[in-house]
Amino acid sequence: MAKEQSTEQIDPSMPDWSAYRGVLIVVEQREGIAKKVSWQLLGEGKKLAAKLEAPLMALVLGENVAHLAEEAVHYGADRVYLCEAPELRDYRTRPYSRVCLKLIEDAKPEIVLFGATATGRDLAGAIATHLPTGLTADTTQLDVEPHPSRLLLASRPAFSEKMMATILCKQYRPQMATARAGVFQALPKDAARQGEIVRIEATMREEEIDAQVLEFLRETGKLNLEECEIIVAGGRGLGGPDAFGLLAELADALGGVVGASRAAVDAGWISHEHQVGQTGATVRPKLYFAIGISGAVQHTVGMSNADVVVAINRDENAPIFQFAHYGLVGDLFKIVPAITAEFKKRRTLFGIQPPSDKDSLSAAPTESESTATRERSEAK
Amino acid sequence: MLHIVVCIKQVPDSREIRIDPKNNTLIRQGVPSIVNFYDMHGLEEALRIKDEQGARITVVTMGPPPAEKGLKECISLGADDAVLVTDRGFAGADTLATSYVVARTIRKIAETWGHVDIVFCGKQTLDGDTGQVGPGVACRLDLEQLTYVNKVEKVDEENRKVRVHRLLEDGIEVVETSMPVLITALKELNKVRRASLPGMIRAARYKPTVWTTADFPDLERAKIGLKGSPTIVAKTWVPEVKAVKTKMITYDSPEAAAAQLADQLLTKDMQTLLDWA
Ligand SMILES: Cc1cc2nc3c(=O)[nH]c(=O)nc-3n(C[C@H](O)[C@H](O)[C@H](O)COP(=O)(O)OP(=O)(O)OC[C@H]3O[C@@H](n4cnc5c(N)ncnc54)[C@H](O)[C@@H]3O)c2cc1C
Ligand SMILES: Cc1cc2nc3c(=O)[nH]c(=O)nc-3n(C[C@H](O)[C@H](O)[C@H](O)COP(=O)(O)OP(=O)(O)OC[C@H]3O[C@@H](n4cnc5c(N)ncnc54)[C@H](O)[C@@H]3O)c2cc1C
Repeated sequence: MAKEQSTEQIDPSMPDWSAYRGVLIVVEQREGIAKKVSWQLLGEGKKLAAKLEAPLMALVLGENVAHLAEEAVHYGADRVYLCEAPELRDYRTRPYSRVCLKLIEDAKPEIVLFGATATGRDLAGAIATHLPTGLTADTTQLDVEPHPSRLLLASRPAFSEKMMATILCKQYRPQMATARAGVFQALPKDAARQGEIVRIEATMREEEIDAQVLEFLRETGKLNLEECEIIVAGGRGLGGPDAFGLLAELADALGGVVGASRAAVDAGWISHEHQVGQTGATVRPKLYFAIGISGAVQHTVGMSNADVVVAINRDENAPIFQFAHYGLVGDLFKIVPAITAEFKKRRTLFGIQPPSDKDSLSAAPTESESTATRERSEAK
Repeated sequence: MLHIVVCIKQVPDSREIRIDPKNNTLIRQGVPSIVNFYDMHGLEEALRIKDEQGARITVVTMGPPPAEKGLKECISLGADDAVLVTDRGFAGADTLATSYVVARTIRKIAETWGHVDIVFCGKQTLDGDTGQVGPGVACRLDLEQLTYVNKVEKVDEENRKVRVHRLLEDGIEVVETSMPVLITALKELNKVRRASLPGMIRAARYKPTVWTTADFPDLERAKIGLKGSPTIVAKTWVPEVKAVKTKMITYDSPEAAAAQLADQLLTKDMQTLLDWA
């Protein structure tokens, strides 16, 4: 086995970190399309950078991703480091972490943020160990103390979301965190915004890279609830898989997608990719319908960031009403079809076309179970 | 023969943890300790490789002495050896300090029982829940890392290659890399077996190897435990329920309810919100 990576000594007195300035967001992309969490982090990073009176930087890496550097500027970055190389086409830990490490060494950001996605965590975990520095996982709240301490206050849920913990990294720079998708808000895209784009070199040649991505099986029709704007979610109150058809009709009328509580998923009425909550997706849609869902904390942590919540439940004391902007007490089997009909009617009244099939929001979720989700449900 | 190391952590079952409503603290009393269930899927995969092509399995945990129970559970399922690294000096470790000690332990295991080909970790734990120890250990041992693995397609001992499926948010990635390699396990990887009677008898008699700081003469004190941990938990609190102004819609018929709701949602704001305008 190869020898251990060396890590630097801890300095017991507070080290001088004045060379480290600014906030860096590592942009995640696949095939030239950025993950929304990257722009959400730029939105949040902007606030942190403003409080620190320091620049907001982004790192874009991949192959043919120059357009994302521009986009990062439009979403708030003052300076974007762009690294394009064929070796970076697929995400692989080593070549990606090499580029990040070199940039962190050169640009010396005081804060580095990654999306708490599979890729973001894979990368951040490797980099933090290498530097070494502290890494706070899966944060949902970020703040900074202004000069002179300039500390990142990184807060994250703990113990199945029952508690929140604020974690600091006082002795090391940069301060690093991964941040959950769907929690922070992106700035509106401003195509007129100007910023600096700095090209940097990739530092690893293909011969040095062992890992090979042989194939990527995109789960076509796989829902990315985190990216959806309108979600119509159902729970145990639906009583069986059939009622999800009613929800799909409402979702279609609105141009939205279907979500679910864990109870509905566990009952096998719908696949896990639809699950919202602690062990499912954290969503931030503009509109969220909670239908036949009681509102357990493990569910509400995943949806309480929705702009508008509509709850339909026959129990007027259901906790979900505490999270709802609009509440309807009654039988979902009567109310949901009426709402669907009403929205269809209004669409015709306004002469508005239903969302086109190409619209990613209108993907019919229930029919598109991929092999992967099938395997997953079999594994249970 | 392949040598596989499985990293496990004994954790409080956080699903059982409740909050004391009086002082907003965690009630940990009576909360059972379990082996982090992702780790059990790592062990199961190691056992499957052992069943198919033969392998030696060493299980390791860094933790307080009661963590021995988890190691014995792994022995009862078919692991060959188990190592407990325990020392007061390790207490309070964050992921950086944990990965340092776990990596050193794996190196010592390789020195003691022969080279290590595969290291399994869980995707994350139920308590710390960071998913950072796996990448940390891989980085320190300079291993290739394959995280979020839901299928081990091939372990080719002769050509020293491993091919896996990684389950990502938007699909499945098929990756091949060389051993030695560190894999982090998802629960979709396999179905965990039950212990056999002979396994249970062996576990009852089994005494894990115990190492303390004294067994690692070159361990740097500044890198272990609380001192070696850059992250500090500064504050904990119970999140407040966000107060939302709820408008309950009262109605005579479902149709009337639907019309009211549509009126509310399709105000000018909402109309643009819904991209209907
Ligand atoms: C570790 C852990 C992780 C978890 N993660 C998640 C997660 O990610 N997501 C999640 O959702 N849950 C999660 N849970 C489960 C969670 O605690 C709840 O059990 C679950 O959310 C309940 O689902 P539900 O609201 O659909 O069902 P129920 O609580 O059974 O509620 C059903 C509701 O439907 C209403 N209803 C019934 N019939 C009708 C009708 N005809 N018309 C209108 N209303 C009707 C009832 O009044 C009731 O309020 C987790 C639990 C644990 C322990
Ligand atoms: C509320 C709370 C929040 C925390 N937040 C952070 C944080 O943001 N950043 C941070 O650096 N630390 C954090 N910690 C500390 C962290 O939980 C511990 O350092 C722990 O030792 C390792 O992290 P983990 O449990 O998250 O493991 P993970 O990285 O989630 O574990 C992944 C896998 O690594 C292996 N593994 C983990 N620990 C051991 C072990 N002791 N022995 C053998 N194998 C092991 C297992 O296979 C496990 O499945 C937090 C702790 C608490 C209580």
